[in-house]
Amino acid sequence: MQKLLLEKDHVEGIRFYETYRREGGYRSVEKAFKMSPADVVEEVKKSGLRGRGGAGFPTGMKWSFIAKPEGVPRHLVCNADESEPGTFKDRYLMEFLPHLLIEGLIVSSFALGSNVTYIYIRGEYAWIVDILEQAIIEAKNNGFLGKNILGSGFDCEIYVHSGAGAYICGEETALIESLEGKRGNPRIKPPFPAIKGAWDRPTVVNNVETIAAVVPVINMGGDEYAKIGLGKSTGTKLMSACGNINKPGVYEIDMTISVEEFIFSDEYCGGIPNGKRLKACIPGGSSVPILPTNLLLKTAKGETRYMNYESLSDGGFATGSMMGSGGFIVFDEDQCVVRHTYTLARFYRHESCGQCSPCREGTGWMEKILKNIEIGRGKMSDIDLLWDIQSKIEGNTICPLGDAAAWPVAAAIRHFRDEFEWHVLNPNEAQKRNYGLAHYANTLEVVA
Amino acid sequence: MIQFSEEKLQKVNELISHYPEGKQKSAILPILHIAQEENGNWLDVSVMDYVASLLNIQPIEVYEVATFYSMYNLKPVGKYMFEVCQTGPCMLNGSDDIISYIGEKLNIKPGETTSDGMFTLKTVECLGACGYAPMMQFGKYYREHLTKEKVDTLIDECRTKSANLN
Repeated sequence: MQKLLLEKDHVEGIRFYETYRREGGYRSVEKAFKMSPADVVEEVKKSGLRGRGGAGFPTGMKWSFIAKPEGVPRHLVCNADESEPGTFKDRYLMEFLPHLLIEGLIVSSFALGSNVTYIYIRGEYAWIVDILEQAIIEAKNNGFLGKNILGSGFDCEIYVHSGAGAYICGEETALIESLEGKRGNPRIKPPFPAIKGAWDRPTVVNNVETIAAVVPVINMGGDEYAKIGLGKSTGTKLMSACGNINKPGVYEIDMTISVEEFIFSDEYCGGIPNGKRLKACIPGGSSVPILPTNLLLKTAKGETRYMNYESLSDGGFATGSMMGSGGFIVFDEDQCVVRHTYTLARFYRHESCGQCSPCREGTGWMEKILKNIEIGRGKMSDIDLLWDIQSKIEGNTICPLGDAAAWPVAAAIRHFRDEFEWHVLNPNEAQKRNYGLAHYANTLEVVA
Repeated sequence: MIQFSEEKLQKVNELISHYPEGKQKSAILPILHIAQEENGNWLDVSVMDYVASLLNIQPIEVYEVATFYSMYNLKPVGKYMFEVCQTGPCMLNGSDDIISYIGEKLNIKPGETTSDGMFTLKTVECLGACGYAPMMQFGKYYREHLTKEKVDTLIDECRTKSANLN
């Protein structure tokens, strides 16, 4: 299939300007400068490109919301705070193709009128900060950043802003607070960042992969880009595959392949190691619902499930999941869903900013209850209590972290309730992890 | 009390220049990273007060930020810190075993430092290396596809002072 982002990732020296430029890099900047900013936005709209950070919101539409009050600077902020468990695609892009991101940022900054653009990168990616800063210096030395770029009259600087360890800063308003030097507490919306963002200025926050995808959109034109993929899932998507698979890593897919092909084909994940069987999968980062094999490979209607936004969410949360961030976590038959869900509950408790009571308190309660069940101290009533708590977090918080914490717990109980019950009924064996085959023999009745 | 060198002070001014006039507080996270590096990898109150003076903000504004983000150490840590990821995808690939192996080998629990001040074992949540699990952050870089043998080698390297943190 046609690769749009990772086509050149193995070219030796592609991390550096000379090679990147020789391989056709920065053409989209030259092309964009022959267009008006409004035309660039129009191309992105036509491409159907959707935000690659997790929410899948149409990028062109997000750009068109930016307010343009007279005399007030606007900012583009690139969200490189990749922290959703299972997701490591942005890291791959920045580490191996830093100039692709810088190129995309220049074009996007031009479209939005951002003369000062920031890359907010998670603090743990410390060595990638060096790679990006090197790429920025190279771009500047070659006239692609700074004053009057290529004689276009457009000025642009890009600065890398390092975070310091907080999942919540991937939420755009928390990211803006953090950029302003504060705790990463999400803001109440409205006002939306496009109206009032960083330092009260109109701001657009876009994921790394989204910005990188702007490069092929401009190079090939929005209409051509929209022809790749299926329906509203246009273009290509980076998937970061992990868990129990033979070939973990980052793959570019065109969203027309089936889930089965993605997991078992040698071109992608290469199947399950050690001859084990597939038990379950979280297809779009830890926040999205886990699916047992039967609902993963086929929808509830018995149709093949594909690797795209629509197909992965077919059936809603009752029998479907989500594309999310593309963090694809695969479980073999020996993995314990209760234990995995406990680690996720611990993660969300650790990462809750603490502003909203349902999330601050609820995530901690869920972690404690799940831990008890996992170590054999759970009661049957705990399972219903967990269900009750998650349902009261969902939708009752300022930002989506509450939902993100609730959904994995809900889905685990919905599809693997027997496994929770088994832990309660077999307290002495509860911590053994060789439990899991039940879902091949008898598919559980779906709880809506 | 610490005092940045001329070179570090220049870096501070450069960082502040990245943000709008009067919004120098925006540079707090990167400056705290520098301060922590200069202070043996942790932040005490006097260091945070110094950062407040550099940014011309109230000390409380620094404390509330330093206590929010997990990369700032608010108590002393060992010379070498093993920050091992324990979240789901790493767990599926055996991070629990790696954590307990390090703990047994160094005779410390997660969150503790060896009595000679050499090693700290810290469990952390997802660092974005799920495909290369199990893994840890070691200084500036990641150590991935960890095995017990790799842990042994790393500990030996630390003891013979040849481990590369930066």
